[in-house]
Amino acid sequence: MTSLAALLMRDMRIAVRVGGGALMGVLFFLVVVTLIPFAIGPDLALLKHIGPAILWLAALLASLLALDRLFAGDHDDGSLDLILMGRAPLELVIAVKGLAHWLTTGLPLVISAPLIGLLLNLDLPQEGALMLTLFVGTPALTFIGLIGAAIAVTLRRGGLLLAVIVLPLTVPILIFGVAAANAAVTGPIPFGTPFTILCALTLASLVVGPFAAAAALRQDFE
Amino acid sequence: MRLTGIELACRRGERGVFADVSFAVASGEALTISGRNGAGKSSLLRMVIGLLHIAAGRLTLEGGDPDLSIAEQAHYLGHQDALKGSLSVAENLRFWAGFFGAQSADLQTPLETVGLGALAGLPAAYLSAGQRRRLSIARLIAAPRPIWLLDEPTSTLDAAAQEHLADLMRTHLTGGGLILAASHGSIGLDGAQQLRLDQPSPSPVVGEGRGGGRDEKSV
Repeated sequence: MTSLAALLMRDMRIAVRVGGGALMGVLFFLVVVTLIPFAIGPDLALLKHIGPAILWLAALLASLLALDRLFAGDHDDGSLDLILMGRAPLELVIAVKGLAHWLTTGLPLVISAPLIGLLLNLDLPQEGALMLTLFVGTPALTFIGLIGAAIAVTLRRGGLLLAVIVLPLTVPILIFGVAAANAAVTGPIPFGTPFTILCALTLASLVVGPFAAAAALRQDFE
Repeated sequence: MRLTGIELACRRGERGVFADVSFAVASGEALTISGRNGAGKSSLLRMVIGLLHIAAGRLTLEGGDPDLSIAEQAHYLGHQDALKGSLSVAENLRFWAGFFGAQSADLQTPLETVGLGALAGLPAAYLSAGQRRRLSIARLIAAPRPIWLLDEPTSTLDAAAQEHLADLMRTHLTGGGLILAASHGSIGLDGAQQLRLDQPSPSPVVGEGRGGGRDEKSV
């Protein structure tokens, strides 16, 4: 248990220090969303209509940004060798790394979403629903991304490969996340229907992600 | 505690690196592995901790904790120092001590032991190569484990630090530990067993029971 706590603290520390990925993700998110109204123009009805989709897309891309260094950084400096020698099961180690990554890159997106939603003419109920869907959905993005990060760990410039592997897998989460955020305001389906499916997708990826990533990492070391 | 390798073979891709290598190390003993570049010294160490696939042969540990694998009872000091430049010296050590389940939270003693006590708050990015290596060595002291696997432990260390490392290794052996070290030169341990990984000629394919350099020392 102490080893997992030590790993969580260390990964979060690295992420928030200079050169870490925490600030990069949230800044990318803010920049992309800020640019959209300039590109589309002052059509408030349109912005309100596509707002949730834009925020979700930006969150998806932002959560991919720092992901390729998640295992590659530890691989390059030899830390991964030692992590594999620990007494904690590799699946749990990976889940903890995923948690640390989400706390430092996913959670800031969730928190900054309502603020940036103002630029897209979202009103209060929409903001609330959007924040809730992002809160539930971004962990799934991170944990699915773990699989790609583990596959790309030994490759130089694995970032593009990571996106190619991970993005198709995130399509269901994008669909139901945006659907739930829209349903809260426009209807006609109730908010609960797509939101429950989103929750189910997240729970499934929390389980599958660490196991698949552990299998990929073990394969790298065979 | 006794670590035994029997007729081990290593294969990287299509190329056989070594074959038919046997050794036995017991508590309080050290084994130095030597050989030319590419002979498989590092590969043998990585094999012991399961980071490389064992192509043939067996590896057994008698007298250790039966619930733990060899890797879980071993420390590995590789070519890479496994340090994060953005974390301070103390934070790096605290992480590895915690990750390897060290009981005591005392970091100052291991840092003093390797002569980095005064630099505890400095980011590890500012350390020299020798200081980085010494910080890695502090890890072995902060979280005790019986098996030490050292890959070129003296590289980048100055003469005084090499002598100091030899003292630490002797203390470890006296306490019942065992050491496998890959090295070109002497690591300063008298009475260590020698294992030479030398092939007569670089053979592209290692056949059954031949081709590999077979050199082992009786215990």
